[in-house]
Amino acid sequence: MFRTAFLMVVSLLIMSQASADESLLKLATTTSTANSGLMDFLLPKFTEETGIEVHLIAVGTGKALRLGREGDVDIVLVHARAAEDAFVDAGYGVGRADIMYNDFIIVGPETDPAGTAKSNTVAEVLQRIHASEKPFISRGDDSGTHKRELILWQSASKSPDGSWYREVGQGMGKTLQIANEIDGYTMTDRGTWLAYESKLDIQLLFEGDPPLFNPYGIIAVNPERHPDVNYPGAIKLIKWMTSPAAQKMIGEFKIKGQQLFVPSAGNAS
Amino acid sequence: MDVLLASTAEAFRLLFSGNPEIWEIVGISFRVSTMAILAAVPPALVIAFTLAYGSFPGRRFLISLFNTFLSVPAVVIGLTLFIILSRQGPMGDFKLLFTQTAMGLGQFLLCLPILVCMAHVSLQAADRAAWETARTLGANRLRAFFTVLYEIRFGLMAALLAGYGRIISEVGASMMLGGNIAHYTRNIPTAIALETSKGAFAEGIALGIVLLFLAFLLNSLLQYVQGKGSINP
Repeated sequence: MFRTAFLMVVSLLIMSQASADESLLKLATTTSTANSGLMDFLLPKFTEETGIEVHLIAVGTGKALRLGREGDVDIVLVHARAAEDAFVDAGYGVGRADIMYNDFIIVGPETDPAGTAKSNTVAEVLQRIHASEKPFISRGDDSGTHKRELILWQSASKSPDGSWYREVGQGMGKTLQIANEIDGYTMTDRGTWLAYESKLDIQLLFEGDPPLFNPYGIIAVNPERHPDVNYPGAIKLIKWMTSPAAQKMIGEFKIKGQQLFVPSAGNAS
Repeated sequence: MDVLLASTAEAFRLLFSGNPEIWEIVGISFRVSTMAILAAVPPALVIAFTLAYGSFPGRRFLISLFNTFLSVPAVVIGLTLFIILSRQGPMGDFKLLFTQTAMGLGQFLLCLPILVCMAHVSLQAADRAAWETARTLGANRLRAFFTVLYEIRFGLMAALLAGYGRIISEVGASMMLGGNIAHYTRNIPTAIALETSKGAFAEGIALGIVLLFLAFLLNSLLQYVQGKGSINP
């Protein structure tokens, strides 16, 4: 009965339904790659060469991996190495490849009340913020950026708690705006920072420490778990993204004259 | 204040420079919402009619239920449908998640209670004599049904506009079910959310202006129709 009613409504609503064949690929990726415009720069070229149209769904890393696990997308492009390995080990994904990395930076009020700019390592930055109890805004949304931030706190041997540590549960752009409004510190990916920088009073305070590097991996959804995913298309995209031509395009992608991503395919993974 | 002024000026420039992406987004919004409300009208009328004219156990409960659904958050509809439509869900075989159809389904469920409740209220306020007169004059049930609908046409028009107003501006369910895919399931509200998160406030405001303009048109239409239906000669 429910099923019949559902089918009646669906048949009324069917609109230019994209055919579920091998010419359509559903890619779940993070807001950092989608919002920076990188995928709009790369994917038309892939579609031109292979005839495969890519539907891009931009969510947090946690949600992207979940969509892959449930078989709701064919392939994921995310940045959270530990979660990616767990995803592959559990048999949800196959064919993982390194694609590129970008980096995180620490931003905060120009006056830098915690004195972070004097630090040599990101661990030291976090220790100074912890000691000063100046507001730190955390994404708090289980995204790749949030996961990375928690790892950094751990390696700084400090536990972020207390009223100065504020989890907002929002995207990177919103988090930056909040940090700006309350004169707080936060950690952001460079792409979102470049897009927002001119609208904010907070400043870039710390960058360049290797623990802040942020690698992106691409993983096909395991066709043995979900036989109806577009596995051939997913493999084609992985091959293409790791090809010298696409890697070169990634290195050439710039926002306001700054390179955002460093190609890294071929590195041992 | 500077940001607001500059963004608004840039918004008007974007709109009237014929930026094709903005107009494509507007087109997707209109198409999906129009299909959704067209699909919702027939069942809503039948339900409202049954609630107003029928007498069966549980009728009052159903009326309360539909009234309650008026205030269900769009994200709850979105989440429920997301679980049902996901590959692992009961309707997963249809592969509807992240399609325009999924968005349309969400909007269908969002406007259905509005249509049912407002049509039901109009029917309650209408003179029951219309139905009985039509029946005594030999009209069959279907004819009598349309006679009554004609009697309450102004109320129905208001219901239609209220329902459309809700779904054309709805972001939570559309974002979850459509996935905000460029050129496919990116409509006005999800595009505003995206542009805002990117810090591109001008694009967000431009789309907001389109939505406001649309709301204004809908309201003007309603006033015009109600004006014609005025009781004063």
